[in-house]
Amino acid sequence: MAWVNAIIQGVLTGGLYALFACGLSLMFGVMKVVNLAHGDLAVIAGYLAIFVITVIHVPVLWSVVIVVPAMAVLGYVLQRTVIQSALDRGVLTTLIVTFGLSVVIENGLLEFFTANSRGIGAGMTLVTGSFKIGSQIYIAYLLLLIFAVAVAVLLGLQYFLSRSRYGRLIRAVADDKEAAQLAGADYRHVFGIASAVALATVALGGIAYGMYSNLDPTTGTDTILLFAFAAVVIGGLGSLWGTLLGGVVLGVAQQIGAQINISDELLAGYIVFLAVLVLRPQGLISRRAQN
Amino acid sequence: MTARGVKGDGEVGGGQETGAPLLEVRDLVVHHGQLRALDAISLRVLPGEVYAIIGANGAGKSTLLRTIAGLHHPTSGSVLFDGKDVSGLRPERRATRGIVMVPEGRRLFGSLTLEENLKVGATYARPGPWTIEQVYDMFGWMRERRGQLTAQLSGGEQQAVAIGRALVANPRVLLLDELSLGLAPVVVQRIYGMLPQILQAGLTVLLVEQDVSQALRVASHIQCLLEGRTTLEGRPADVTAQQVEAAYFGMAGAAQAGRAGEGSER
Repeated sequence: MAWVNAIIQGVLTGGLYALFACGLSLMFGVMKVVNLAHGDLAVIAGYLAIFVITVIHVPVLWSVVIVVPAMAVLGYVLQRTVIQSALDRGVLTTLIVTFGLSVVIENGLLEFFTANSRGIGAGMTLVTGSFKIGSQIYIAYLLLLIFAVAVAVLLGLQYFLSRSRYGRLIRAVADDKEAAQLAGADYRHVFGIASAVALATVALGGIAYGMYSNLDPTTGTDTILLFAFAAVVIGGLGSLWGTLLGGVVLGVAQQIGAQINISDELLAGYIVFLAVLVLRPQGLISRRAQN
Repeated sequence: MTARGVKGDGEVGGGQETGAPLLEVRDLVVHHGQLRALDAISLRVLPGEVYAIIGANGAGKSTLLRTIAGLHHPTSGSVLFDGKDVSGLRPERRATRGIVMVPEGRRLFGSLTLEENLKVGATYARPGPWTIEQVYDMFGWMRERRGQLTAQLSGGEQQAVAIGRALVANPRVLLLDELSLGLAPVVVQRIYGMLPQILQAGLTVLLVEQDVSQALRVASHIQCLLEGRTTLEGRPADVTAQQVEAAYFGMAGAAQAGRAGEGSER
């Protein structure tokens, strides 16, 4: 029964990891940008949520309505300024620039918010409550909600990319940005839209993580970015649903590792990550296979 | 050189006896790194014309078309569209003004379906006669295969989609880069056979073609490039096969025609 519980918890945690990963995957798929500041941007979203909750007294869940659009705007602006000018100098430059951005954000957060860790919505029933299945399986409301949000986000993304005008342009630009220009599309603007969407999703990830655990200025790189990377690689680069599968595999591996020995939680996750890199470097769902 | 004088072309800044050109290129110089790909190329394309640029591999034809579309930055010279200098505009701004190119190698969006490719082409369309339905009417087979990924189409079909994608933007001047590349002659015939229908809707066409006989058949005006320079220019009816051959390959006999062409341009 303990094993079943570990697997269930792992699957649910996978939803959180998918929220971390899908924006990273989208930005890589469309712009070939590996955004090393992705996790830090999630942390910014979390701190922003803490700010609007504690200072403006917005109810916890309603903070999403403010933070997600704000992060989308930030994503558009970042893309059109810093990241685009790095892209113009070559894809590798974006690695350096987003790494720099990551350092700046972390130190900025340290400066303004200290190194203390903070949670979101501590004490709420949603955050602490759970229900019981059988005698040994407890399912946390929060994890279930996060999983549902992740599935909804992926469904929404899929609908957006496959049906909407901008989704179509995003896919076209990802295929061939020069041909898209010839069709009248300003690929920089389309990149901006893609970044806005990516940061909207990671904002949800950051807020969710703040409720699930605690945020501190380094959470972005030492947890969120690493898990996002692992989920993307396991699931398959550029595959939307691959990020959920990757997140779930990572989550289950971690929980099973923890079941064997509580200190092996992270190790087990990375072993699976490495195993996939070695045995199936294209990921469990490769983009080609999806088409 | 009689061929040149016929339409009054080449007299840059000169008389307008045949009306204002829709598209004009003035003394265009383009470099690829150290290589001078285009050397003082000028041309005037009149409304409703089919203007063909011919020349061997590496003559600079595609570079010329790509520069007109805005994909290359000229070292000097200018591109005028409808009398206005568009040299500083990005490709997407030129497209929305009406200069639309069908790029070499078709360059369809591989992860999009046939219909989605057309929809992308129509996203920033100018108002005009062409719609996706219109394209489906012209290429009857497309309608029932619109849901297919373009990779599943044959080369000729892909070329038709590429043309359709450009048409739905309702261009005023359509740039066609090497339509015949990699296609069977029969297919090339069929695609060029569509040209009259396209022109009927009031389009102007500037095309680049390696297949000289094809170009001579469809064009109202030809210009031959060799190593980035104009070696011959005129109406197909006014140039002889020998002149074309000489201009194309740059043989001694072409020297006279070539110099005539350059002379009036400078």
